[in-house]
Amino acid sequence: MNEEYDVIVLGTGLTECILSGIMSVNGKKVLHMDRNPYYGGESASITPLDDLYKRFKIPGAPPASMGRGRDWNVDLIPKFLMANGQLVKMLLYTEVTRYLDFKVTEGSFVYKGGKIYKVPSTEAEALASSLMGLFEKRRFRKFLVYVANFDEKDPRTFEGIDPKKTAMREVYKKFDLGQDVIDFTGHALALYRTDDYLDQPCCETINRIKLYSESLARYGKSPYLYPLYGLGELPQGFARLSAIYGGTYMLNKPIEEIIVQNGKVIGVKSEGEVARCKQLICDPSYVKDRVEKVGQVIRVICILSHPIKNTNDANSCQIIIPQNQVNRKSDIYVCMISSAHNVAAQGKYIAIVSTTVETKEPEKEIRPALELLEPIEQKFVSISDLLVPKDLGTESQIFISRTYDATTHFETTCDDIKDIYKRMTGSEFDFEEMKRKKNDIYGED
Amino acid sequence: MALRELKVCLLGDTGVGKSSIVWRFVEDSFDPNINPTIGASFMTKTVQYQNELHKFLIWDTAGQERPYFCTDKEEQILYHYRFRALAPMYYRGSAAAIIVYDITKEETFSTLKNWVKELRQHGPPNIVVAIAGNKCDLIDVREVMERDAKDYADSIHAIFVETSAKNAININELFIEISRRIPSADANPPSGGKGFKLRRQPSEPQRSCC
Ligand SMILES: Cc1cc2nc3c(=O)[nH]c(=O)nc-3n(C[C@H](O)[C@H](O)[C@H](O)COP(=O)(O)OP(=O)(O)OC[C@H]3O[C@@H](n4cnc5c(N)ncnc54)[C@H](O)[C@@H]3O)c2cc1C
Ligand SMILES: Nc1nc2c(ncn2[C@@H]2O[C@H](COP(=O)(O)OP(=O)(O)O)[C@@H](O)[C@H]2O)c(=O)[nH]1
Ligand SMILES: [Mg+2]
Repeated sequence: MNEEYDVIVLGTGLTECILSGIMSVNGKKVLHMDRNPYYGGESASITPLDDLYKRFKIPGAPPASMGRGRDWNVDLIPKFLMANGQLVKMLLYTEVTRYLDFKVTEGSFVYKGGKIYKVPSTEAEALASSLMGLFEKRRFRKFLVYVANFDEKDPRTFEGIDPKKTAMREVYKKFDLGQDVIDFTGHALALYRTDDYLDQPCCETINRIKLYSESLARYGKSPYLYPLYGLGELPQGFARLSAIYGGTYMLNKPIEEIIVQNGKVIGVKSEGEVARCKQLICDPSYVKDRVEKVGQVIRVICILSHPIKNTNDANSCQIIIPQNQVNRKSDIYVCMISSAHNVAAQGKYIAIVSTTVETKEPEKEIRPALELLEPIEQKFVSISDLLVPKDLGTESQIFISRTYDATTHFETTCDDIKDIYKRMTGSEFDFEEMKRKKNDIYGED
Repeated sequence: MALRELKVCLLGDTGVGKSSIVWRFVEDSFDPNINPTIGASFMTKTVQYQNELHKFLIWDTAGQERPYFCTDKEEQILYHYRFRALAPMYYRGSAAAIIVYDITKEETFSTLKNWVKELRQHGPPNIVVAIAGNKCDLIDVREVMERDAKDYADSIHAIFVETSAKNAININELFIEISRRIPSADANPPSGGKGFKLRRQPSEPQRSCC
């Protein structure tokens, strides 16, 4: 470890592992360390189940009804991948997808008046949905047809709407859509967490709805994907990529000091030894004095012995509770997966509720979601700070990732990765840069 | 003929010849200057076994097995940390594991037991274990007796062979033995629907944003 590296990475969360992989593939000499004895940091999947109990200080061992502890891989942060999303693109370009197996999430649901409904996203589904009355359905159908035909490069598809000027609110008005339909369109299809988008130009919203439909079209049941054995497989896969291209991995390494000289990082001290570097990437937990808190997220991991009611016994699903429905500013999300994904013992389900904290009593805020899940066998509650770097790192060459936010997808994570890449290299992120630079597959394919 | 994909992972200390064994098996050649890390990360070879085709998907450690010093948090001692940088993903779904030691280095045989322990902890329950005593072309400097290794392998019901990646001794035999030990396809049908690999769409639509 007494060596000079181009880049030292601290923490093996998804953001750090993807960046580590990109740097190694591009010929940088990388040392990647984690203070924990496991990969993944905050984006780890905890196994065995005993470790989850210990982590949340639940007294006693898991009861026998929980099955074998080793069969569990419980995510700390709930997320799905959008089938047509950026993370999927990164997995394909790096070929890390070779190490992983996925399943399509079985359903996407939205909450209305205390009940949940399947999210209709095609004309046929919209017509069959009990979410809307008959006339509303006709209008919604017209809206979906408009969105499907919309092409921001072809003014003939605009039909009097100016994508860069007309507010989304006006578009809804034009199609005469009611409040409930607006709620699920904005929150369950365009996947906005708040209503701020209503007064923005409509182009982005329309494209988001198109993205949802295109992702949905890819595999059918829903636009979301989930990797077998849990999200913790993702950082491990990118760490392997980094190692193949020469990255050195050390886990269980306590980090004593980040050494800065004249305002610029020059190395990292661990167990009395110093490894020198030109640049440093780390998650906020390694540099508490260089980050600030911008909010809080509450996440509640719930273990169930039954599928969620009214989801057609889906073995995996997502439920979005639009803020309007429960008098909030931001949506509440439920992500559910189960033994079908090798993350829980046979017959068990893991539902994770999450949202941005808005009050002093965050556990009260998520009650509508918990009510959908009852009976809950075991709950694990966490409230975590959202931390962001205080500066861009241009001077110190210390590049700090942002904590994972309340979104249940990887969009913001991928944006952070692209942004850090740009700050580190001075050039715009390009997926092409992630491609493996030499053949490392031998034998027949 | 039925084709079965079998994942095989390699374990053992750095320098015992893991990468060389795979290279010999897949490419039938030996490179004395094989790069310790960069090289082949994923190698495949299909062989016929009885009325099945076995496609071995072989995972090399990518150097993540390299030892480093580290303080154990519980015992507060500095020790050679050999294992944990190998991710659980590495063992996931393996049908077999080949644990390699170097017959000219006693120490690589002593750590074998730790690799076996590591595998029991993190590997799939029914994994076929094979032990390979590599570099058997170097008998003049042998430090590990074949008998001792064989006895140990027997005690844990593992396959055992002495190999030489350099002189192509027992490499194919090692894999044939693995084929023989792997339960037949109908003995354990895949449970509960497997996942799929992501593939690129025939034409990736280019999205421009406003
Ligand atoms: C439960 C849930 C809640 C969500 N909440 C939010 C939210 O609060 N805010 C939010 O912004 N998104 C939200 N999303 C949607 C998110 O943007 C999409 O799911 C998304 O594409 C994330 O998946 P991904 O990270 O795997 O792929 P992405 O990386 O998101 O891939 C999407 C591709 O399309 C673009 N893209 C992605 N998302 C959008 C988008 N929403 N609008 C326009 N272009 C996009 C990206 O730049 C990229 O090229 C949510 C998704 C889910 C499943
Ligand atoms: N004499 C001899 N040398 C070998 C044999 N196999 C590997 N080596 C050498 O041992 C060194 C380490 O081999 P390598 O395959 O990189 O080991 P790994 O670290 O376990 O992957 C290299 O210099 C090889 O040339 C063998 O069968 N006989
Ligand atoms: Mg090797």
